[in-house]
Order: sequence, then structure tokens, then C-alpha cells
Amino acid sequence: MSNKKIVIPGEVIVSGEKYLPGEGTEKKDNDIVAIMYGLSEETNELVKVIPLSGVYNPRRGNVIIGKVNNVTFNGWIIDITAPNSAFLSLTEVPRYVNKDGLEEVMDIGDMVVAKIWNINKRGIDLSIKSRGLGKIEEGMIVKINSNKVPRVIGKEGSMVNLIKNETRCNITIGQNGLIWISGDKIEDELLAKKAVLFVTEKSFVEGLTDKLKEWFEKENKK
Amino acid sequence: MKTSKLTGDRIKEYLALGKRFDGRKLDEFREITIETGVSKNAEGSARVKMGKTEVIVGIKMNASTPYPDSPDKGNLMVTAELLPLSSSRFELGPPKIESIELARVLDRAIRESKFIELEKLCIKKGEKVWTVFIDIYSINADGNLLDAAGLGIVAALKNSKIPKYDKEKEEVLYGNWSDEKLPLKKEVPLSITIYKIGENLIIDPTQEEEDINDARVTIGSHKGVISSMQKGNSGELSEEEMYNILDMTEKVWKDLFSSMEKYLK
Amino acid sequence: MTIKRFDGRKLDEIRKMSAKVGVVPNADGSAMFSFGDTIAIAAVYGPKKMHPLHMQNPKKGTLRFTYNMLSFSVTDRIRPGPSRRGTEIGKISEWAIDPVLMIDKYPNNVVDVHVNILQANASTRCAGINAGALALAHAGITMKDMVSSVSIGKLDKDLVVDLSKKEEDFEEGEGATDIPMTFTNNGKLTHIQLDGNIKTEQLKEAVKLARKACKEVYEVQKKALKESIK
Repeated sequence: MSNKKIVIPGEVIVSGEKYLPGEGTEKKDNDIVAIMYGLSEETNELVKVIPLSGVYNPRRGNVIIGKVNNVTFNGWIIDITAPNSAFLSLTEVPRYVNKDGLEEVMDIGDMVVAKIWNINKRGIDLSIKSRGLGKIEEGMIVKINSNKVPRVIGKEGSMVNLIKNETRCNITIGQNGLIWISGDKIEDELLAKKAVLFVTEKSFVEGLTDKLKEWFEKENKK
Repeated sequence: MKTSKLTGDRIKEYLALGKRFDGRKLDEFREITIETGVSKNAEGSARVKMGKTEVIVGIKMNASTPYPDSPDKGNLMVTAELLPLSSSRFELGPPKIESIELARVLDRAIRESKFIELEKLCIKKGEKVWTVFIDIYSINADGNLLDAAGLGIVAALKNSKIPKYDKEKEEVLYGNWSDEKLPLKKEVPLSITIYKIGENLIIDPTQEEEDINDARVTIGSHKGVISSMQKGNSGELSEEEMYNILDMTEKVWKDLFSSMEKYLK
Repeated sequence: MTIKRFDGRKLDEIRKMSAKVGVVPNADGSAMFSFGDTIAIAAVYGPKKMHPLHMQNPKKGTLRFTYNMLSFSVTDRIRPGPSRRGTEIGKISEWAIDPVLMIDKYPNNVVDVHVNILQANASTRCAGINAGALALAHAGITMKDMVSSVSIGKLDKDLVVDLSKKEEDFEEGEGATDIPMTFTNNGKLTHIQLDGNIKTEQLKEAVKLARKACKEVYEVQKKALKESIK
């Protein structure tokens, strides 16, 4: 079966008893049928569809970037651009927070890097107890489609590290598609933002890391 | 998601250096494209794209009774719908203040400039006149719907032809146009909105920029003659800022007019 | 003697169709679909939290479809704002697409589909459903199949595919009967309406005709999705 072709809902990706239906597919008799628009991919007879679009699908363990929408008596309600909103309890903060002191830690409108530690019927639970998590103090936020996040990260971080090195910026990528960029100069931050958008626009191109290197060479000459 | 305070602060810092995220100058428009005749059943129509912002404006006409205080003049009505299609921020339902204000501000720009020669739209004095309906729809909202719609109105009006009218049956023969174009003055009223962000004045913000504006002033004018103006939002303007806004509008007007001339003939 | 169509089309010929996805950058998914001069655009937002709260379904996600014609899309201006006809068509369209949607895993959430008609020359609800289905797929919504919609008409005694406005208004002989229908690509009927007069046997024929025509529509929709990436 040839890999990576665009499939649409209801389309038969491949036929054969040996194939197993992975994410984005279902098995009908001997056919593996796509139940989502995306790129079909087969590994060891497991056939799945990689989404090209759509809203973020939160998963346990994901590091995300969100915005504080509300402060309640025991925590913060955070918009993580997912179908459901998320909650950060004051017990999931790495220091003691007084019940009257929540706004001082984080107020409405603040951006935060957090980890999803639980998802259940009631909602999504966040934590900022680990290193690298917490309120964002300075920088800018760029939003991309969450499906492009793996591309922007690259194999073992190769893509994002290239951008970090070329722009001297710190970059934190939320699995939900929000990216925090912070550098010493606004020009560096904007270059990093441009690079991120370049990768998302060209996400189907082969050898993208090399193309990005070329792109940086051109940009640096300007 | 509205622009975060974080990004907003960066935008302001950068503006203080005379720069914007997308590399534009503070008084520069995004790329503008105008297509006319995009909806065949309309008397006239236009689609305007300003960066990623897209609006469609359509003109319809009907024969109706004149207002008692203007028995030989045509009527004008401007409405705007901010379609839920165009942004997750717009909901279906009765018009909200954003769409009402947009329509009314642009109505005044067209009406007060007397761009449409309403006195030439009389069919029978005291009994029948043409009513011109200008309907504005947002297709993708990415900031500055006001100016995009303002351009759309002018382009759509220039594209408009008067339908044939059967005097005996007193009926408009829709779909059957005369060769008569809608009577318009030569002087084209362009609407330009200046937005104040922190200490700086810019034009044509993206949604990200528009989210953090403190105040805005929309001015409808032709070559320095102002026929309508409205300040929106709750920020304050110093006298000097107001004068700067007026000067900026004149300069921007000239740039916009010359780049759009081919569409506005 | 069979009828001659105003635009010279064969009885079973659909007007020139075109479709494109990604026409509304703000939306999670979007598409445009046209039958000749009838142009529909659709934008999808969601899944997202359903408001108002009392409409939330705690067991599964909800599809919400709105249909609205631009005031100048027709010859006689339509007053802007919601209309009863638009509300009904929205519901019919929702029912036409619901059977293929798999949004059980989104309880309390809604997927909003907004369809607007930019230019009307009959078969607007069919164009709307086609655009809506495309936009839903483009938005990455889980769907077990695509749906495609077309109108079948009876002009006097003859069946035709894809009615235009002139044909809708046809008054000679037995006049015009308008039958819009929607099929899944798998062949299941998810929507049928009828206005006019037609005998049972001929109606069965009309359904067969629609099934065939919908396959042609499907090809156009498929192409739009497959060519969505440059």
C-alpha cells in the first residue's frame, strides 16, 4: 500500500484481511475505510489517518499553553482552544496559594504553560508543578493549527531547535497549537514567528529542514 | 481567542519603534483586491479583500413611496450583517451594536457626501422613487471591517445599473437592466479609520492589532472635504492626537485613492 | 416529445459544478460549492462548548446548521436576518448530514455549520448541503461517509436533473415538481422533499435519477478535498 495519500470520509483506503483499523479509520468487512479527511498512513499493517485540520484534541500528558478566562475560589479556568475548557486547581501550583491570593499568582488574561494531568467527563485538569511550567511573563504568542505541531517540533526536536539557534529565542510549543516565543529583541521574535509560519505553510514539502536552513540564509542577508 | 496582554504589549513596544509585526508602516494598508459583479442578481456588487479580511457588498433597488419631506428624491438604506460564518466571535441573532454601528457610520459617509444623486432617482414626484439598498456582509473577519466595507460600498455602487421599470404596471423588471448606471457624483467618498494603540496611530489593523485599540476615528471624505466622522471605543484623544488623526487621514486618503483609482472609475 | 431545457442541457445533465475548500481562513473548516449560478459557502466552527447551556446534550455532540441567503442573492431583495424558510432549511440540512456524523465523543459540544447563499438560481439548499458536508470534512470532523445533494425536477411530464430557477417557475402542462434529495456516497437517502405533483412510479424513477446524479456531485466534492493541499 502506498503511503501518505489524502483520503476523505467514507473512502476505502485499502482492502485486505491482514489490515487493522487505526485512528481515523474503521473496518467494514475487508475494507479499511477512512472516517476523517487527512493523510492515510500504514505501519506494520496498522492503517490510520493523520488529521490535516480540525480543533485540538487534548490528551493526558500534553503540555499546552492557555489563557486564564476566570478565577474561581479554588483555581483558574483556562481556555486551551479545545472543545472543553480546562481547570487549574490551586493545589496543582508548586507553592502554597492563599485562597485570597489567586489573582496575584495569575489573573484573567494571563498566559500560562501547563500540563494536562487528567481528562474525564467533568473536564480537563491542569498542573503547573513541573519545571518549565507556569505563568508566562514576557514574549509573544503565535497560534498555529494543532495538527502542524509535530512538524514544527521536527524529528527529535530538529526543526524547533534549528529555529531556536537561528533566532536566539526561547520557544515553548504547546500541543494545542499555541507557541510562546521570547527573545532579547523583537526582531528575533518576529523572525522566529515567521519561521514557524513558514514551516506550517510548507508542511507537506520533503526535506523541510534543509529548506528552512536556506530560508534563514536568505532572511539573514536582508 | 482575543489578543493576549502579552502579545499586546509586544505590539505596542514595536509600534513605539514605528514598526508592525507584518512589516507594514503605521500608515500602510494590507494588500487590497476588489472584484465587482460578484453576485448576478444584485443591481451591483463587489468583493473586497484587505489582507485576510473579506467583505461582500450588494446593491438592490426597488420602487417605493418617497419620504413626505423629500417627495422627489430617492431613498437610501444601509445594513450590515457580521455573519457567524466569518468569525467565531459573531453569533446568529438580532443585529448587535458592532453591525449596527458599522452600517450607520458607513451610511453617513455615503449619505452626507451626497455621493448617490438621490434627486435623479425620482420616478413620479410624490408617488414613486427608487430606494437604494446597500447590504454589507462579512465573509472573513481579520480586522478593519469598517474600511473594507467602505471600499466595497463605493465599488458596488460604481458597478450598479438601474433596473428597467414598467410605468404602466408600476413594476420593477428585475433581472432586466437598463443601460443607465446608478447616478453618482464624480467625487468618491472613501472611509478611513485611524486606530489609536497606546501612544501610536495606525490604519488597517489585523484582528490581533484591532483587539488592543484604545480608540478609533472613522472619517468619510473626498480630497480633504470631510462629510462624516465618528469616534469609537472608550479611549481618550488629546487635541494634538486629533489633529494628527486628521492629517494622517488626508495623507492615507491620497494613497488609497491613487492605488484604487482603477476600480473607482 | 421530451421537454427542451431553457439552457439547452440534456434531461439528466447537471449544471457546471465547482467546489473549493478553505475559503474562510478563520473557520475550522470551510468550503464553497456551486451548481452553475447558484453559489453557496459554508464555514464550520467546532467542536466547541455548546451555548446556550440548556441545549447541551450530555450524551453526545450536537450538529447545528444555519442557512441564510444574502439579501441580494435573488432578484427580489430579501430583508437581512433570519427567516422561517431559512430556519426550516437549516433543520433539513442538519438531518441530511447527521446520519454520517460521528460526534458521540463530544458530549456537551456543538459543531456549528453556517451556510450562506451568495447567488441563487434554484437548488440553493442542495448547494448548501454540499458545501456544508465539504466544510465538515475539511474541519476534520469524524464522518463515516460524505453526503451529496441534488434536485430532481419534473417539467410537465419529464424528469430533469438539477433544476434552475426558470425551470422551478415552469408552468406549462403539469407545471414543475421540485424534489431535492441527499444521498450518502454509500447510497443511503438522508433527505427528500417534494413540491408539485407526481405519480408514485415516476417518483421512484426520480429517486434513482438522484442516486446517479449524487455520485457526480460526490466526485466534485472529493476532488476539492484531494486538491486542497498545493
